[in-house]
Amino acid sequence: MDPGADRSVSGPVTAPLVRFEGVAKRFGDLAAVDGVSLEIAEGEFFALLGPSGCGKTTLMRMLAGFARPDAGRILLGGEDIAGLPPHRRPSSMMFQTYALFPHLNVEKNIAFGLKQQGWDKARAAARVEEMLALVRLEGLNRRRPDQLSGGQKQRVALARAMAPGPRILLLDEPLAALDRKLREETQLELKSIQRRLGVTFMIVTHDQDEAMVVADRIAVMREGRIAQVGPPREVYERPTSRFVAEFLGEANLFPQGAGFRLVRPERMTLSAEPVAGAMAGEVAEIAYFGDRTRYVIRRSEGRPLLVSRANLSAPLALAVGDAAWVAFDADAAVVLGG
Amino acid sequence: MRRAPRLPGWTVALPYLWLALFFALPMLLVAKLSLSHTVLAVPPYAPRLDLSHGLAGLGAFMRALSFETYARLAADRLYLDAYLSSLAFAGAATAILFLIAYPIAYGMSRFGTGARQVLLMAVILPFWTSFLIRIYAWIAILKPAGLLNQALGLLHIPPLNLLNTNTAVIIGLVYAYLPFMVLPLYAVLERQDESLIEASRDLGCTPSQAFWRVTFPLSLPGVMAGGLLCFIPMVGEFVIPDLLGGSNTLMLGRTIWTEFFANRDWPAASAVAIVLLATLAIPIALFQRQQAKALS
Repeated sequence: MDPGADRSVSGPVTAPLVRFEGVAKRFGDLAAVDGVSLEIAEGEFFALLGPSGCGKTTLMRMLAGFARPDAGRILLGGEDIAGLPPHRRPSSMMFQTYALFPHLNVEKNIAFGLKQQGWDKARAAARVEEMLALVRLEGLNRRRPDQLSGGQKQRVALARAMAPGPRILLLDEPLAALDRKLREETQLELKSIQRRLGVTFMIVTHDQDEAMVVADRIAVMREGRIAQVGPPREVYERPTSRFVAEFLGEANLFPQGAGFRLVRPERMTLSAEPVAGAMAGEVAEIAYFGDRTRYVIRRSEGRPLLVSRANLSAPLALAVGDAAWVAFDADAAVVLGG
Repeated sequence: MRRAPRLPGWTVALPYLWLALFFALPMLLVAKLSLSHTVLAVPPYAPRLDLSHGLAGLGAFMRALSFETYARLAADRLYLDAYLSSLAFAGAATAILFLIAYPIAYGMSRFGTGARQVLLMAVILPFWTSFLIRIYAWIAILKPAGLLNQALGLLHIPPLNLLNTNTAVIIGLVYAYLPFMVLPLYAVLERQDESLIEASRDLGCTPSQAFWRVTFPLSLPGVMAGGLLCFIPMVGEFVIPDLLGGSNTLMLGRTIWTEFFANRDWPAASAVAIVLLATLAIPIALFQRQQAKALS
């Protein structure tokens, strides 16, 4: 994709598979989704990221057919899908709770959609094996959902959603129920599966790390609107608003005119010796994370500064209470409107 | 988590003591009666256990017991017919109950929490009135000049002669046992995870296919529980066939009553009751297993 291509809607999209046009949805007085326009390319791994209640799940459910937009259009492959019920949409959804059918074993769960599409037995059985191999659960055909671990359930849910060959897979907080280590492994695996199959994935998450790890592009949502869309590096390093800057990781914000200058903690340099032009302060907190160390530097005025320092060489000779000096390069700062 | 407070050991024995006194002992007495024979006396059976003669008396008593009454039951076609007819009544009523109760329970489970409470109340409300009065009310409805025929008359439909027929018995059974079918079905349908239906819709099911492939199979434990909860007591039902049925309505409850009060044949009445219990042991065991599975 050419980064210089048309950005009028929401970023560099060559062949949009999905197109939201001014989509809105109200629940009573609450505007859950408030005029969202967005394009998702064929083969893209797209993330909808935002705090709970920002409308990301509603937006996904409208694409799946479980909610109807009050205004706007949703196009899939150039076709308006507003009138299509969920069972006639070429999308598949993976539910946050996995929603595995408790009365069916793994094999029958995965074959559920195939049976619905009228696949013959032999072909469906082969497809089930293919899906089990994809999610590395070979041999668990006859297990019942209640005999599976959380991670295994998650994989069965993925296999079941992928089996009928959807044009787009919708993942609703797919990893929220897993513990941290398993979640991080599964993020990489999801990404690799998506790359291998070349199917468009759209994930809904409130976890910015997850969105950045898996997605090609992220749409950050706030109060029913899109705050910013772009590749992970762009939204992290070049946020266009204070909200996005603070939602994606930690931020040092310096008031400038009506807006702010943003500097990410890892772009700050910390010194135990006075440095010309640096901001002086006192170490208020030191947190060791193994690969990096995070410092909180209190100043006589303004907000405390956050500094993140990769543990590449000898540690700084700093302890809580010591004087410290913080500086950053001019090109590390991003100017935000407000 | 808090551990349950420890109770003294003997408290565990209490329910068993209760069951022994009020269930096992009476059942033993009935079993003993069924092995006796009728005599013209008060009470009208022999032998009678006389413990004043010690072990010798017990021995004589045991020797006098016989299975002769059971042989009589097996030989007389009437009893077999009464069993089969009772099973048929209970079976038919259970099937009709299922067809009526499932839509009610399903509908109730689709409503919001507030409306559900009201509907649940409506199902339970009849229990606040005496069972007997409610069955008598059906006599008033079904009798030749009753409410039903008056209503039909207004519509110029010829009157139906329902009271004292087998149809009236089925109507009564279905009416009286409806809550026992609705409640277990409602319990399973109400706690069903909505996302399972969404998942099936997403995988290509129309709403009715989603019902048959997901909702219904997942409600089978409730169907089973409701079915057995109604079937088991209906087989032995006495009041409904007695008040609504005709002279040719054959049900075991009535057979037992006739043997006991009309024929003063206590051993026969007891033997019929014992055979009924043995017949129902299978569905009761099924019910127990179902409940145990639902709890695990």
